Amino acid sequence: MMADQSKTMNMIEAINSAMDVMLERDPATVVMGEDVGFFGGVFRATAGLQKKHGKTRVFDTPINECGIIGVAVGMGAYGLRPVPEIQFADYIYPGLDQLVSEAARLRYRSANDFICPMTVRTPFGGGIFGGQTHSQSPESIMTHICGVKTVIPSNPYDAKGLLIAAIEDNDPVVFLEPKRIYNGPFSGYYDRPVEPWSKHAASAVPEGYYRIDLGKAATVREGEAVTVLAYGTMVHVAKTIIEERGIDAEILDLRTLLPLDIEAIEASVKKTGRCLIIHEATRTSGFGAELAALVQERCFYHLEAPVERVTGFDTPYPHSLEWAYFPGPVRIATALDKIMRD
Amino acid sequence: MPETRPERRVGSPASNLPPLSLHIPEPRYRPGDTPDFGDIEIPAVEATPRPGEATRPDAMRELCYGLVRVLDFDGEAKGPWDPKLTPDRLRTMLRTMMLLRAFDDRMFRAQRQGKTSFYMKSTGEEATSVASTMAIDRTDMVFPSYRQQGILIARDYPLIQMMNQIYSNRGDHLLGRQLPIMYSAPEHGFFSVSGNLATQYPQAVGWAMASASKGDSRIATVWCGEGSSAEGDFHSALTFATVYNAPVIFNVVNNQWAISSFSGFAGGERTTFAARAVGYGIAGLRVDGNDPLAVYAATQWAADRARTNNGPTLIEHFTYRAEGHSTSDDPSAYRAAQEASAWPFGDPVARLRQHLERLGEWDAERHEAQAKELDDLVKTTQKQAEKLGILGHGMHQPFETMFEDVFEEMPWHLKEQCAQMLAEQEAKFGPNWKPE
Repeated sequence: MMADQSKTMNMIEAINSAMDVMLERDPATVVMGEDVGFFGGVFRATAGLQKKHGKTRVFDTPINECGIIGVAVGMGAYGLRPVPEIQFADYIYPGLDQLVSEAARLRYRSANDFICPMTVRTPFGGGIFGGQTHSQSPESIMTHICGVKTVIPSNPYDAKGLLIAAIEDNDPVVFLEPKRIYNGPFSGYYDRPVEPWSKHAASAVPEGYYRIDLGKAATVREGEAVTVLAYGTMVHVAKTIIEERGIDAEILDLRTLLPLDIEAIEASVKKTGRCLIIHEATRTSGFGAELAALVQERCFYHLEAPVERVTGFDTPYPHSLEWAYFPGPVRIATALDKIMRD
Repeated sequence: MPETRPERRVGSPASNLPPLSLHIPEPRYRPGDTPDFGDIEIPAVEATPRPGEATRPDAMRELCYGLVRVLDFDGEAKGPWDPKLTPDRLRTMLRTMMLLRAFDDRMFRAQRQGKTSFYMKSTGEEATSVASTMAIDRTDMVFPSYRQQGILIARDYPLIQMMNQIYSNRGDHLLGRQLPIMYSAPEHGFFSVSGNLATQYPQAVGWAMASASKGDSRIATVWCGEGSSAEGDFHSALTFATVYNAPVIFNVVNNQWAISSFSGFAGGERTTFAARAVGYGIAGLRVDGNDPLAVYAATQWAADRARTNNGPTLIEHFTYRAEGHSTSDDPSAYRAAQEASAWPFGDPVARLRQHLERLGEWDAERHEAQAKELDDLVKTTQKQAEKLGILGHGMHQPFETMFEDVFEEMPWHLKEQCAQMLAEQEAKFGPNWKPE
């Protein structure tokens, strides 16, 4: 799997490197989106790629998400492997019909005549004072579409390997990038200094090609007392609180929500007998509801406490009250205490 | 929060101006009315100039408001747009349109006989799909809407495959997954038809962009109706096409009716649909869609333009939907019954026949013989297709195919659901039941 020597990268650099590697390896790969070309993206994820690979491989698009995704579907039908960027996940909705009714259904409706090997990259999640239109977590909308894979990395090493696997995948993948942790893992304490990725082991990223297969969770921390299911930013917040409380929790970083690594979840919950699910997205019909249902269907007789969910609230993401909204240390600690008491 | 909020005002005038009034478009004729289309402006055949294929869009705007014509109403081909096709080509065009009509009639009847769930005819619009297909290369990629079966027929796609799809039977290569008429034929350059309107518009642009970026020579064409030109996808597509100067031809079939909504509800009351091109800086042509030679000529012009890196063209095919939207529709409930017969541009099959007869290249006897031959061909093919089953008569695809092709590889949750479905079938049909 490992290709060559590693370099310290933050998540942006790792994501950039994944696209760079794929543009180099596969002439069918094209990268496009608002501001991604000459400028290199508002988060710098495509910095330098146009200069290196040329304007017809990496280019700016009109501000039109329906067009971005629709055009990518057509490019896929031609035989290209498009990697469109939607500048914020909050902006994906104008392109949702192209994603739900077209990209996701093309293989099925045409019985393999046409496929859509597209990877939609998009930053998501809050904690950056983005207000309600730059903070949302729409992952459960994506997992509810049949025919789309949903991937969420939580560190630079995974981000690169998962993105390469996503680009190589012959089905449409929505690759949600937790923007709060682009530059460093987040403890959940917004008033503490941000630790850079360089102090984290997962910032050692091979410079060349490697892939992390979709559909496999990672065990971030082994433990016996409770299973914590998380992804993206919340993996790091969960880890901080668990270490603070000194709880022997097992943390699974799901990495791919669909297809889900049900075996890893089942094995862990059966071992610990407790399950806490953490996500930043709104609660009702969130991905946590799916996880809770799966856990009780498969592990009910192993459970020693009700499955708990820690989530964002069912409101739009508030600008000034962001940290009252965010499922931070207090909400997680309260739920952990409860599940350990039950 | 303020202590009191101003009341939300609804429906009271704020000044002494006359009250505002909301315009709700209304078609001119409803059931019971006698339609009269005498006021539709029909420019003379020679009146519409033919600019060079590389002409700047802003230098040819009048073509968005005029009408490209070749055949006059006496069947004579004239003017600058005359594509001067050989009699053999003209006969092929006529035959293809007649075959399309025979196919439509037969499949409409099959739906009425309960052999399938749904069908859509293209009566009156045959020229738009057939003549335009003859004007592009066979390797050019077509992104059709739902009423372009004429494209498949013009590209010699096997009729039996179309019927198998319509019947969702064992021979249906789409495995019975799609509503009838939503064909897919990559070997014939025909993209999978979607039930969602105008979604194919940006996709065609993407295909064309890909073709251009790879230095290919193929172009894309795409179809929608005037009704679905109101969709955002239409405007997304035109924006991308103009930005990247994509080699694509946009076809808007303005057949006046989108189910029961007349073209006014798509914004057609004060401008033409071809004129949508003006704001985008795209070449636009408005064409008599019931004149097969005009459709051919306009498409050929646009194809030459696209293939020489001169960019996209929007073609409005001005025509009339002579029958219902689909087998589920009853147009007598919302429009005047005589509209089709009163339509001033006549019938495309009759017009091409008249032209060929005028040239001395065709006659009534040959026409009748061909009509019969094509009808027999369709009937014979239909019998073969029905041997493979009709909708709902047990000769469908194996049950497991329901779960295949959601993804390239079936994930665990679909495998579980597939097992559940097979168990349900066993519970329903007994222990000796076997998956097909």
